Amino acid sequence: MKKTGSQILCECLINEGVDVMFGILGGVVIPFYDTLPQYPQLKHILVAHEQGGAHAAEGYARATGKVGVCIATSGPGATNLVTGIADAYMDSVPLVAITGQVARPLIGRDAFQEIDITGITLPITKHNYLVTDTASLATIVNEAFYLASTGRPGPVLIDIPKDVLTSTAEFNYPEKASLPGYKPTVRGHSSQISRAAKVINEAKKPLIVAGRGAIISQAYEELKQLAETAQIPVITTLLGISSFPESHILSYGWLGMHGMAYANLAVEECDLLIAVGMRFDDRVTGKISGFAPNAKIIHIDIDPAEIGKNVRVDVPIVGDIKPILKSLNKEINKTEHLEWISRMDLLRKEHPSINIRDTESIIPQYVIRQIYEITRGDSIIVTGVGQHQMWAAQHFWFDKPNSLITSGGLGTMGYGLPAAMGAKVACPEETVWCIDGDGSFQMNIQELGTIARENIAVKIAIINNGYLGMVRQWQELFYEKRYVATSLQCPDFVKVADAYNIPGITVKDKIEVIPSIKKAMETEGPFLLNFIVEPEENVYPMVPAGAALSEVLEEPLKKVRCK
Amino acid sequence: MLTAKHTLVAMVTDKPGVLNRAASLFRRRGFNIDSITVGHSELPHVSRMTIVVVGTAAMVEQVRKQLEKLVDVIKVADVTGEGTIIRELALIKVKATPSTRGEIMQIVDIFRAKIIDVSTDSLVIEATGDEDKLSSLYNMLRGFGIKELARTGCVAMVRGGAKSAPIDKESLKDIQ
Ligand SMILES: Cc1ncc(C[n+]2csc(CCOP(=O)(O)OP(=O)(O)O)c2C)c(N)n1
Ligand SMILES: [Mg+2]
Repeated sequence: MKKTGSQILCECLINEGVDVMFGILGGVVIPFYDTLPQYPQLKHILVAHEQGGAHAAEGYARATGKVGVCIATSGPGATNLVTGIADAYMDSVPLVAITGQVARPLIGRDAFQEIDITGITLPITKHNYLVTDTASLATIVNEAFYLASTGRPGPVLIDIPKDVLTSTAEFNYPEKASLPGYKPTVRGHSSQISRAAKVINEAKKPLIVAGRGAIISQAYEELKQLAETAQIPVITTLLGISSFPESHILSYGWLGMHGMAYANLAVEECDLLIAVGMRFDDRVTGKISGFAPNAKIIHIDIDPAEIGKNVRVDVPIVGDIKPILKSLNKEINKTEHLEWISRMDLLRKEHPSINIRDTESIIPQYVIRQIYEITRGDSIIVTGVGQHQMWAAQHFWFDKPNSLITSGGLGTMGYGLPAAMGAKVACPEETVWCIDGDGSFQMNIQELGTIARENIAVKIAIINNGYLGMVRQWQELFYEKRYVATSLQCPDFVKVADAYNIPGITVKDKIEVIPSIKKAMETEGPFLLNFIVEPEENVYPMVPAGAALSEVLEEPLKKVRCK
Repeated sequence: MLTAKHTLVAMVTDKPGVLNRAASLFRRRGFNIDSITVGHSELPHVSRMTIVVVGTAAMVEQVRKQLEKLVDVIKVADVTGEGTIIRELALIKVKATPSTRGEIMQIVDIFRAKIIDVSTDSLVIEATGDEDKLSSLYNMLRGFGIKELARTGCVAMVRGGAKSAPIDKESLKDIQ
């Protein structure tokens, strides 16, 4: 049967299991929106800004593992998606971004709101499409979802000219995408797996570093089994947090610029580093020449191009983490590593890293620990970018799989609120806390409108230090305290929330912290807490940019070095 | 670390924009490309690219893998080595007076090149060969005054019966 491009798009989205999309319409996508009433199973959430839509789709995708969908009109609508698409690219988030384009006869003439969005997003998408005829639309949508969700997930953009939406074509949904140039390796090479097993069985001081790949692959059980069988300490990357329960006896926190000193020091001491679904980002490795200097490296990743990109690898295994670990575990000997584990425990004892000082004023660490205590860790935590993000990652205890949603690779301020909104829409039964900075929050503050209208019960905790704190910390430590352009004059966030009919409390006294968090939890619907915290608190430990992990600063200018 | 010239052969689907995707990738990852050519292959809907890149073995392997990651790229092989034929075509417009013409023609003969256009004050020479041959021809002619040079960039093929960048049957089935 013949259908219009708009109808075809809707049917395809339904076929792909899409239940919600985040977007804003405009001239060239009206035909699509016009067909939405015919497809009530497709829920559309109108956001206030396309960037919010893209991050909401990311939050949805990261909370569920399903593909998130965002929609924008041509021109400025499309360019407003760019940050969200780039964020999804850096953090391997499955996303399909649909943009309207001017009608085909106008393309190339600088028509009103014409922008070359496929050109712009070329280096930040896994793939992208400009649809040139209605008959190819179904195939393209099918391919887009397949590409976004398989192999190493990522964003795919589909740019659809207005007249492709309004023209008709025969509609048959393709059963399976056929892409000759795209064949992700899923099963690891068995001889490589055996080589890795041999190296693990021989290691005296092995260390697992788990990244977001372990979460994407949902390899929680397999990872635990590997660690437990051979008694291997586990640390994670920032994005790997919640791939392994942090209260597990073999968990030793996370590494990198603001990771735990003991985790960073362990990297220096280990004789084998088993990298599971991570990509050796510079924030994770510190100075690359000083990274794991005494270790062999096993690197398991689904993306062959990650192997050897940043560090030398002794045993690469390309494929999906879960089945690889499953096979690997069969060849792993039961071991104890008593000496190594007690060394790790000593490192942790000597460099506790995340103790919280007893203070009279409110410090951010305390707020986050209280959110942890009151939720008993049973919450999805979504953050902005800055100091509060690091404190959230340090002081919340992540035991629940996939419970931290944070912008890692791109470090996108403004990510928190819309991503939390998307996560809550995806998981209405879960408690979702957005731990945001006063600077970050203001970058997508407009989504309070969406949250209010749709009654999305996100609990918001603003760590209000009156600064672009993370930058201020760098100015303090490396630019002799010249605080140029980092001090903020924030509006009264509770009044802002109130204007949207969202209840909120400003918390200035330490004794109010616990009751206010309880109040937010007890109140139905969204709630905003504005915590006025110590303005010049710094995040430690810290590995200065360009330094080796072993050069971690544990406290102001006290260099840690043990042995 | 040792840098060397590597020749990569890429089999790609002939979708619009595929050259742009490859070029964008090289630029953004800071890979220095000597030359890149694209044209038809023996397979319908499959184009063939030849890329010459200078770098360490590890860097070239990154280029190969990043290229292969592009959805429109089916297969990339590093064909650098003795068993590979590499050819390039050059058109050279050189100044020629009645007194120098004879000498130029001799050089052209030695290089087994061809003169394809003659005018009162110039000659256009067509030459094929590998990089070295074309460069030495160019150097020999430089003294006469080069007016224009156009080189195509390299194409490459491995000797013998095997394919340079074999595509498995599975993928071929998907090409329509
Ligand atoms: C969109 C964007 N712009 C600028 C930056 C650089 N940056 C990183 S952290 C930071 C400060 C964040 O301030 P705030 O949200 O208040 O968090 P805090 O560090 O104070 O906890 C800035 C400006 C960024 N990461 N993202
Ligand atoms: Mg701040």
